[in-house]
Amino acid sequence: MQTELEHSAIFERPRALEPVRMHYCPGCTHGIVHRLVAELLDEFELVERSVGIAPVGCAVFAYDYFACDMIEAAHGRAPAVATGLKRVRPDLFVFTYQGDGDLASIGLGETIHAAARGENITVVFINNAVYGMTGGQMAPTTLPGMKTSTTPLGRDPKLAGNPIRVCELLAAVEGPAYISRVAVTDPRRVREAKRAIRTAFKAQLEGLGFSLVEVLSTCPTRWAMPPDEALRWVEDKMVPFYPLKEFVVSPQLRDGK
Amino acid sequence: MMIARGERILMRGNEAIAQAAIDAGCRAFFGYPITPQNQIPDYFALHMPEVGGVFLQAESEVAAINMVYGAAAAGARAMTASSSPGVSLKQEGISYLAESELPCVIVNIMRGGSGLGNIAPAQADYFQAVKGGGHGDYRTLVLAPWSVQEMYDLTRQAFDIADRYRNPVLILGDALLGQMMEPTVLPTEVVDPAGLPAKPWATNGAKGRKHNIINSLYINPSDLERVNLRLQQRYDEMARDEVRFDGERLDDAEIAIIAYGTAARVAVTAVDQARREGLRAGLMRPISLFPFPASAIEDLACRVKAILVVELSLGQLVEDVRLAVEGRCPVHLLGRTGGVVVTPTEVLEAVRKVAEEPATQHAD
Repeated sequence: MQTELEHSAIFERPRALEPVRMHYCPGCTHGIVHRLVAELLDEFELVERSVGIAPVGCAVFAYDYFACDMIEAAHGRAPAVATGLKRVRPDLFVFTYQGDGDLASIGLGETIHAAARGENITVVFINNAVYGMTGGQMAPTTLPGMKTSTTPLGRDPKLAGNPIRVCELLAAVEGPAYISRVAVTDPRRVREAKRAIRTAFKAQLEGLGFSLVEVLSTCPTRWAMPPDEALRWVEDKMVPFYPLKEFVVSPQLRDGK
Repeated sequence: MMIARGERILMRGNEAIAQAAIDAGCRAFFGYPITPQNQIPDYFALHMPEVGGVFLQAESEVAAINMVYGAAAAGARAMTASSSPGVSLKQEGISYLAESELPCVIVNIMRGGSGLGNIAPAQADYFQAVKGGGHGDYRTLVLAPWSVQEMYDLTRQAFDIADRYRNPVLILGDALLGQMMEPTVLPTEVVDPAGLPAKPWATNGAKGRKHNIINSLYINPSDLERVNLRLQQRYDEMARDEVRFDGERLDDAEIAIIAYGTAARVAVTAVDQARREGLRAGLMRPISLFPFPASAIEDLACRVKAILVVELSLGQLVEDVRLAVEGRCPVHLLGRTGGVVVTPTEVLEAVRKVAEEPATQHAD
């Protein structure tokens, strides 16, 4: 029965997110970041003129979750796919959503060159220091001493190499308009993360060039931690190694703030 | 650039390919430098901007094919070109393009292999081209020109075929065809990309429709099997409708040479020489290598005394010929490798040798 009560929703699923069940593990922060991207697609009214590129990794099914047109790319190749698409359709808003193995290991070449070209695309980069989908192997961002299935005694940099700080690396090339690292460990951080992704979107919408936001994320399953402990681990271990800040802010973006 | 049309002009093979793509309405080229195909990206770098198209030198072969994937996903006619080692690197992307049903044109100006090999003409990428090339259960349609005119004509057709089947089309040339200059006639009519049919499956903004997804992931095996069976039907349609071949002096031939591309160019000279010696030789030239002109070769095998396969590789084309012949007549092979181009004299000697062999009793 209809009631007389009039009500308006104050918190809803963003229009840019399909009403489907996500496959992410309990406590994983992918869901938060998906939501932030979707809220911003709504905010800028981009759903009808956006194309998202999904990676290979835990976010591989992102094409089922975002309501805009979506492409599933080969492992690491999302920035190249985004480049081809953006070059032939510069009127479209093009973003990639990639994990650390995809972006910083097998796809590092594509990442650096898209940045160096100042390719007018936006990259949302999830850094959880581990390969989630394949079973918890060492990622290019795995911390020294951190245990993974391929560094069972802890990552020894002498043997397994050193972690790569992606934002610092990309800040060293000409081309990016906006490079920032954020975390989603508490509501304040989530709001900061949204602000960073909003600035990255603006960079593309204003035609300023390459924008990337690195989001420090959790993987309770592969870290073998309860979700709350995983959030604390990001703050205690990852944030000191991967400082949260804006590395590149194009002057035009600064003026607009 | 003003280019004379409807009359004979002197053109290099690689440049004819690039001009054909522009004339076919292709406005997106992504490539990486590798000899002997460099005139293709050079040509696009100069002339794509004149027609408002995209030329981009990618950071790698892998990036180039994935840029093609992105441009094709948006619905654009897109192309890349490379040579043997570079095409090996593109195979992952070609597999994704095929399974995601994205049309595009890929050019391989083959060079000597394996490994780094050399930059001389070869046909050693035949298996890679016609049997899929990358991982999985897919095929690309493969066209093999033998002249600069055909490099133009087949490249132009390739874009229509790719769109028709939503499948990558491969142009398989070699260093000799890419580098040589020949009189060529460009048609006066060119394609305006704005007039091409819409691609309702393209990822170009979900305005007034549900979102489109370009994807090759089907986690449920029965879903993937269904897609692969549907693609297989498309390959069957290609086999029915897209077989192309040509022949020279086959009507009364006793010895049929089967060769494509540069090897066929050499063989046709040997056919003339053999005829002058009274040897009834002819040339059968597959133009589509996939789909393969198997039934035409089967018919031929019933009519001739023997078949001589001439290829710039050591027994690749001959395997498909033998599958088509199924023992109906003897099949001989003359293959050179490593960038060595077979000579008319060598082909003629092989024809003489085949002619001297006693007629064999057919087993069936």
